[in-house]
Amino acid sequence: MNRLAVELPGLSLKNPIMPASGCFGFGREYAKFYDLSVLGAIMIKATTLEARFGNPTPRVAETPSGMLNAIGLQNPGIDKVLAEELPWLAQYDVPIIANIAGSTVEEYVEVAKRISKAPNVHALELNISCPNVKKGGIAFGTVPEVAAELTRAVKEVSAVPVYVKLSPNVTNIVAMAKAIEQAGADGLTMINTLLGMRIDVKTAKPILANVTGGLSGPAIKPIALRMIYEVSQAVSLPIIGMGGIQSAEDVIEFFYAGASAVAIGTAHFIDPYVCPNVIRDLPPLLDELGIQHISECTGRSWNNGQTVYCGA
Amino acid sequence: MKEHMTIISNRQIAKGIYELTLASSLVQRMHTPGQFVHVKVATFAPLLRRPLSLCDINHEAGECTIVYRAEGTGTTLLSQKQPGETLDVLGPLGNGFPLSALSSGQRALLVGGGIGVPPLYELAKQLVKNGVCVTIVLGFQTKDVVFYEERFASFGKTYVATADGSYGMKGFVTDVIEHHALSFDVLYACGPKPMLKALQQQFPHKELYLSLEERMGCGVGACFACVCRVPHSETAYKKVCSDGPVFRAGEVVL
Repeated sequence: MNRLAVELPGLSLKNPIMPASGCFGFGREYAKFYDLSVLGAIMIKATTLEARFGNPTPRVAETPSGMLNAIGLQNPGIDKVLAEELPWLAQYDVPIIANIAGSTVEEYVEVAKRISKAPNVHALELNISCPNVKKGGIAFGTVPEVAAELTRAVKEVSAVPVYVKLSPNVTNIVAMAKAIEQAGADGLTMINTLLGMRIDVKTAKPILANVTGGLSGPAIKPIALRMIYEVSQAVSLPIIGMGGIQSAEDVIEFFYAGASAVAIGTAHFIDPYVCPNVIRDLPPLLDELGIQHISECTGRSWNNGQTVYCGA
Repeated sequence: MKEHMTIISNRQIAKGIYELTLASSLVQRMHTPGQFVHVKVATFAPLLRRPLSLCDINHEAGECTIVYRAEGTGTTLLSQKQPGETLDVLGPLGNGFPLSALSSGQRALLVGGGIGVPPLYELAKQLVKNGVCVTIVLGFQTKDVVFYEERFASFGKTYVATADGSYGMKGFVTDVIEHHALSFDVLYACGPKPMLKALQQQFPHKELYLSLEERMGCGVGACFACVCRVPHSETAYKKVCSDGPVFRAGEVVL
């Protein structure tokens, strides 16, 4: 038995570990470090209809236990992604989750329609939570009705299941998740980055050229856990959890909160080998915890943790 | 490509400037001057690695040297590390200075500004080994932060300028080049962007290789933090970490 195998809409994962969108490019850079087929899936960099350059530099700034980024959805556009990146990724035995973004509903629909037909794209991740672009992105992710309308429109044209990536920059994330569930989404991914900023003490100017950016890394892990804990008990959609994961212990914590799989983002910049290392570390950790299969961990912390502990 | 390297020495060589010598088998993979290593100095703060260029590669001793300025949280923490401790190092990364641009008997001008000086040391060493005639121009803010003058002088004529005139010629590296009418076949430079721009303007028709600096995330080309524009295009880009950090002048917008 493969104790790490997970079944999700559209996705038969050999393990529940995947690189998060925007932290792994289209896989080429990390393929120099290890065989990408070891991964459960790959969430590729957000793809838009036209090529985008993104924001001016500096695009990153550091914070204790985290980092801010304001890349601005730089990508080569769907034509190139379909012609070059996805066929290149097809050499690996790994399902692709295509993160899609746009400035208008029409752009999302067009990208979804075309990219969902690529043979190795097994699911879409609807990016309605990028805090670093002026139009689109988070504009679709803060009002439940708007998010629901976009979800419906994309669901209608997509050839594969649609996961919606939630923004933590909202007052009520449960209301958002419910609206997206009712609109027909197949799953949720959460959380995207938190809007933040840093200012240079000497110059009094914002460090990021974009002024604000998205906070990621271990700093946001408690927020991600709390939000997954809340949302997973309010909706019946599977959740791919993310936000500061660095270790196998972190993965189990996200499952306990209610995730069914997880994505790793910022940790790649610290250790290119983080995904294979976490995949390697999971089985012995399951042994230590007396757990047969990782899926048993999902939601173990619910009900104030009263049913949680079954450690050896 | 990632190893724990042992600190052999870590000492101050000028005001706020440190020379760090590291040892491990990773050194045998280091060959090209201008490449950098990505160094983890703390677990959570700072979270990201620090890109530091290679200053000296010594395969026989199995050691490499990095010269850095203790400026922010990361490099200040690094300056406190002691011999015997280990450092998590990823690398070597990036594309360095092209040595094949010159053959024996040709002339190279090496121009360094401030903390951009270190990678030119290994470059000078390898060029001289190839029989290339090397002239070096080093620019610093002030006398207190001048370093490696004598070491460079062993490879070729070395000029030093300081912005405040407290050491060497008063002015910028471009003033030194003009004043001494220094000529060359290929110019290699590393330093602040205004210096690189000035060199590019001073020699619009010559072969120049410039090493750029930019805030980095991953250091391997995946995160798109350190991109720069390509001339005459709205969407074309190069990544400083993986396409550079060394570019031929004109290849990217400075």
